Amino acid sequence: MSHLLDRLNFFKSSRIDTFAGGHGQTTIESREWEETYRNRWRHDKIVRSTHGVNCTGSCSWKIYVKSGIVTWESQQTDYPRTRPDMPNHEPRGCARGASYSWYLYSANRVKTPLIRGRLMKLWREARKTMSPVAAWASIQADPVKRASYTKTRGKGGFVRASWDEVTEMVAAANAYTAKNYGPDRVFGFSPIPAMSMVSYAAGSRYLSLLGGTCMSFYDWYCDLPPASPQTWGEQTDVPESADWYNSGYMILWGSNVPQTRTPDAHFYTEARYRGAKSAVVSPDYSEAAKFGDIWLNPQAGTDAALAMAFGHVILREYHLDRQVPYFEDYTRQYSDFPMLVKLEEKDGKYVAGRMLRAADFSDDLGQDNNPDWKTVGIDGKSGKVVVPNGSIGFRWGQEGTWNLEEKAAGAETQLMTTLILEQDRDDVVGVDFPYFGGEANEHFVNDERGDVLTRAVPVKRLVLKDGETLVATVFDLFCANYGLDRGLGGDNVAVSYDADVPFTPAWAEKITGVGRDRIIAVAREFATNAEKTNGKSMVILGAGLNHWYHMDMAYRGIINMLVMCGCVGQSGGGWSHYVGQEKLRPQTGWTALAFALDWSRPPRQVNSTSVWYAHTDQWRYETVSAGEIVSPTAPAGNWADRSLIDYNIQAERMGWLPSAPQLKTNPLEVGFAAKAAGIPAADYVAQGLKSGRLEMSCEDPDAPENWPRNLFVWRSNLLGSSGKGHEYFLRHLLGTDHGVLGKDLGEEGRQKPLEAKWHDEAPEGKLDLLVTLDFRMSTTCVYSDIVLPTASWYEKDDLNTSDMHPFIHPLQAAVDPAYESKTDWEIFKLIAKRFSDIAPEVLGVESDVVALPLQHDSPGELAQSVVADWKAGECELIPGKTAPNYIAVERDYPNLGRKFASVGPLMEKIGNGGKGIAWETKEEVHHLQELNGRVADEGVTQGLARLDTAIDAAEMILMLAPETNGEVAVKAWEALEKMTGREHKHLAAAKQDEKIRFRDIAAQPRKIISSPTWSGIESEEVSYNAGYTNVHELIPWRTLSGRQQLYQDHEWMRAFGESFVSWRPPVDLKTIAPAAGKAGSSKTVVLNFITPHQKWGIHSTYSDNLLMLTLNRGGPVVWISETDAKKAGLVDNDWVEVFNANGVLTARAVVSQRIREGTIFMYHAQEKIVNTPGSQITGKRGGIHNSVTRTVLKPTHMIGGYAQLSYGFNYYGTVGSNRDEFVIVRKMDKVDWLDTPAKVEAAE
Amino acid sequence: MHGFIFGIYPYIALSVLLIGSIARYERDPFTWKSSSSQLLRRKQLILGSVLFHVGVLIIFFGHLFGLLTPLAIIDALGISHEAKQILAMGVGGIAGVMALSGGIILIHRRLADPRIRATSSMMDILILSLLLLQLFLGLLTILVSLQHLDGVEMVKFMRWAQAIFTFDPRAASYTEGTSVLFELHIFLGLTIFLLFPFSRLVHMLSAPVRYLWRPGYQIVRSRKRDFKHPAE
Repeated sequence: MSHLLDRLNFFKSSRIDTFAGGHGQTTIESREWEETYRNRWRHDKIVRSTHGVNCTGSCSWKIYVKSGIVTWESQQTDYPRTRPDMPNHEPRGCARGASYSWYLYSANRVKTPLIRGRLMKLWREARKTMSPVAAWASIQADPVKRASYTKTRGKGGFVRASWDEVTEMVAAANAYTAKNYGPDRVFGFSPIPAMSMVSYAAGSRYLSLLGGTCMSFYDWYCDLPPASPQTWGEQTDVPESADWYNSGYMILWGSNVPQTRTPDAHFYTEARYRGAKSAVVSPDYSEAAKFGDIWLNPQAGTDAALAMAFGHVILREYHLDRQVPYFEDYTRQYSDFPMLVKLEEKDGKYVAGRMLRAADFSDDLGQDNNPDWKTVGIDGKSGKVVVPNGSIGFRWGQEGTWNLEEKAAGAETQLMTTLILEQDRDDVVGVDFPYFGGEANEHFVNDERGDVLTRAVPVKRLVLKDGETLVATVFDLFCANYGLDRGLGGDNVAVSYDADVPFTPAWAEKITGVGRDRIIAVAREFATNAEKTNGKSMVILGAGLNHWYHMDMAYRGIINMLVMCGCVGQSGGGWSHYVGQEKLRPQTGWTALAFALDWSRPPRQVNSTSVWYAHTDQWRYETVSAGEIVSPTAPAGNWADRSLIDYNIQAERMGWLPSAPQLKTNPLEVGFAAKAAGIPAADYVAQGLKSGRLEMSCEDPDAPENWPRNLFVWRSNLLGSSGKGHEYFLRHLLGTDHGVLGKDLGEEGRQKPLEAKWHDEAPEGKLDLLVTLDFRMSTTCVYSDIVLPTASWYEKDDLNTSDMHPFIHPLQAAVDPAYESKTDWEIFKLIAKRFSDIAPEVLGVESDVVALPLQHDSPGELAQSVVADWKAGECELIPGKTAPNYIAVERDYPNLGRKFASVGPLMEKIGNGGKGIAWETKEEVHHLQELNGRVADEGVTQGLARLDTAIDAAEMILMLAPETNGEVAVKAWEALEKMTGREHKHLAAAKQDEKIRFRDIAAQPRKIISSPTWSGIESEEVSYNAGYTNVHELIPWRTLSGRQQLYQDHEWMRAFGESFVSWRPPVDLKTIAPAAGKAGSSKTVVLNFITPHQKWGIHSTYSDNLLMLTLNRGGPVVWISETDAKKAGLVDNDWVEVFNANGVLTARAVVSQRIREGTIFMYHAQEKIVNTPGSQITGKRGGIHNSVTRTVLKPTHMIGGYAQLSYGFNYYGTVGSNRDEFVIVRKMDKVDWLDTPAKVEAAE
Repeated sequence: MHGFIFGIYPYIALSVLLIGSIARYERDPFTWKSSSSQLLRRKQLILGSVLFHVGVLIIFFGHLFGLLTPLAIIDALGISHEAKQILAMGVGGIAGVMALSGGIILIHRRLADPRIRATSSMMDILILSLLLLQLFLGLLTILVSLQHLDGVEMVKFMRWAQAIFTFDPRAASYTEGTSVLFELHIFLGLTIFLLFPFSRLVHMLSAPVRYLWRPGYQIVRSRKRDFKHPAE
């Protein structure tokens, strides 16, 4: 009762016993105080959740709640076990995740809806007399009113608002935009659904029902390795980290595993204990370098040269001088090595051209289905040209032969990979290969030896439809491309590794700075291990290589090594490209929810890179011309004069890339007019485009009709993290203060684009409204017009998966959303409802017209076997064939809210599918209705399954996805069996009865079920590894040849010199000279700007977290070498300005021996809201890492309608590279925090 | 004023000391601690702390017995006032110098060491300053005492102190005419009593004296909650 009275017991001995000869005593004193310490570790509850932060960790965590407050978090350790002889996954986690609970109650939490004060004033004033849409229209109609808030973006001035008022404004803005410009002017950017699938789906479902545009992210982040779709027809598929343990030799290439894959790094360590050897390739002495048995440090950006030399050694020693049987068999069956390539004559010289097709022969070689899409080879048994199973022509229009059995027309074959023997060849001719080594700018080694290298290749003479042609196998051309002397004579080939011929180790030593002995040793170890283990050699690589403009070269160079050594598809081997958390395991269940496929198809999706390039007007500052990157061996055509945006316009016009906005005219008007005219939408648009009555938006991105008008950003920090060309975003998209130092093409009087319409006055402030949902006040929030407070990761129910482990597990609401925040699901549900209430003012049931590009994994990927532009009169405009398809979609705006919250009828009517296969889902929809309950309200949704809560939505994903519903998995495998003619069901049959529900994963993470969506399997025998089913189930890769496509024969690939891999030096972005004068008299140094991932944050998250700031320097830093620091007169911790024509950033310098001379590191995405002073050059606050970058498009990434080179959302398309950039670094002599109050404008 | 300080203020100070200490012990037992900063910086602490504590303890008990032992007992024991006065001055002087020098080391450490400064509360610094001031005043009183070694003054204070505890309403009158230095010393002493429950001084009441004679070096607390002692 009373502490004091209880202790007043001096006359009562508390001793009741003694022991140990009186040295010990037992007492009965009060033990109440112990409760304090017990209570310290007692909690109201411990809830399983995780961090939705795109770190790939996807670690399950325990969230501790005490007195209704989240107090801390710790790692879960209950992952399902692996198998005997394998280390387990647990525990997983890192310091960043462990610091997350700080955010929940921090000052940086967004607590209430916020609106830019001036906008709020205008809105309230207008709303006094007007209805919502009219009020919004009145603000937009007045340029002065509009500018009054757009020009103040990023300068504070937020006021609190109620949910009621803020959602009304958002809904009114969306309705106004849909009515006046078209729903495709409402954009939404949210990345990486795998990190919180329901949250992503909330926004994208709203946008898809509205007809808004969902923007891609994987390509924009430049995490998408285009080399993967090019080679495999696969977006990205990689081994789980547990499979590292099965490897015998690992090359860590530009991937810093301990730092950026912290929870997985234990498998790397354990593999080393098991006896695996590891080489680390990294320009800096990274944390990973410490693990390596050998460390290779090439100059950053020269990785392709190193890969070429490795390939040179592997070919020489394992394929030519000695043939390893496993490598021979593997490449014959699983690569395009045996396929034949036409040699095209140009000026009396030969260049490798298109792959030979069945259609090239007079009788189509007996193929009546898609002969133009069936590649051919020579059967070693019969000596005849045959059409082997598995090429993409077999995939569509016929059944049962799309497989990798070594068969052609039902007969056993053994294809020949080489014609080197005299009896096999008809001739040896010189074939031209482009060489780009002489194009290097001053920062790289320039290897000038002419831009064309002619090398001898054994050929065969074949009579085709259009006469006699020389053909060669891919393998023979491949060897010539690597510069290997095969005894055929001629120049530009080498026997000796010491010869100064591309691509020998000696040559690579010159380019990369890595000693030839080390190159030879690593190549031998890599290949020998693969030989002994049947392919258990692995390369772990990542964004370090993929962010260069010519990333495809480094990537394909590495992929070639893996294919040559038979590593792809083998457990413990292969291509481990780890970037973002792109593996959305229950993908096909999720797409139905996320893109509202249950209500209308197709959704509107776009590749962000092209959109941002056009709409932040980065194209107006383009410094790279196509002429600089075109190949000297390009096919005839006007390649050099067109600018990069012209290529993008052509790609959109031909249906290769998506468009958003699509047409200058509102698609609702187009839909109405087509209906009125009584003709299909596609025909109506085709006529309009041909006559010029309709124009594509991409041709004039600066016309006000074509601007993106509304933008939602959620689960993202677009402006503080991924926005390459940050200052261009600020200037043109937002229209506020910016730090762009360079001038545009008009001001500089340089060559303007041929097709993109030029406006002398560049638009500033294209967006009417920027709405950001976040739990913390990020840089993007700071620049937004409306900020909506969203639930943190400990306050919502959601799903999470990763490519690093095979489990699906939840985010859960340990506590209710704090303050006035709501979950993303609730926010968008509310906006959808408000929209339905408000829209009838201007919108009813409308007919929208959606432009759909030629899709990968659909028959559209066979659309264009030759490049023909309808606008140039080269072919007829046929929607869905030579141009995008235009599809009419009904938009029931007054019922949008209801549709959002129920599962629509199309899942029952049409079914579900993905990656080119489809299955029916009646049963699953029925189960969902029973599980979630049916909508009782009268109306269009009555009787349908409910999607009220985020858990309801999660159940929809889990129910429909093969990965989480065994019954669906079996159906999906059966669907694939029809195409391949082989039995695959056994991969899921044992799990047919298993249905994973939300409450199951709340109890424990669950391993998913094998599904044909992915190329690996979940099994008790092997760890998940990409390409496993291609190799072991003989399912073709989704490429032209059906095999790993090492030769790219598309016309644009040949035009830009990338049909084979080669060394391409980084491009010259020319951003130093225009900014050089800004440094004044300061000492400066020019360095390559590298932006790897950090230890103290995941992207920008945690970079404003006090705990993480305390562990580093408490604000933005850049790392430079001691030598460069000396040149610029810097010492550690000096404030520096880093700048070029794109803009300026300010940071403190970390001077370190670990950095290679010539480079500057700025760890990617350090928020500029913390400790960032003003720049002396611009007088504005210093920027983020992307202030000095600008994205540059690459034409080869725009290719479409051509087998694996076809568009898919986040699968193929332009990527936002940023690593070829150079910057000027100087010490700041004045650090100005710009913390004086802003001047009050006279007008107010 | 004199009447208030010597007649009423002592009761206020002692009441706050008693009630305040009980309240703190009951309401906030985890703040009942010495707040040692030994963990942050050890070296300087040991010398300062030992000097200070030994000195202060001697002074404390000197004052306790010196002031509160009834005159009758002193007389009965045959200790003359002169002898007591000289003893008090001698022992008190030496102890005072020890405590003062220890205290100076401690306050230097508390103010100069950034880690300790950062972890110090206002009260920590205030109470230590007051103790130092009090020690200084106490040492100064020796100079006064030197002028009347007969112990007459001392007896006045003994009377006064015992009068406070015997609720003698004339208590204040016993100290009339004494040196202002003594008065200041007493006033400050009472103020320290007043601040006692709000400061780290409470650790005095929890001195682990029993450690000196506890028999075992391994203590096991019984798990039985309703254990009846054999003696009961």
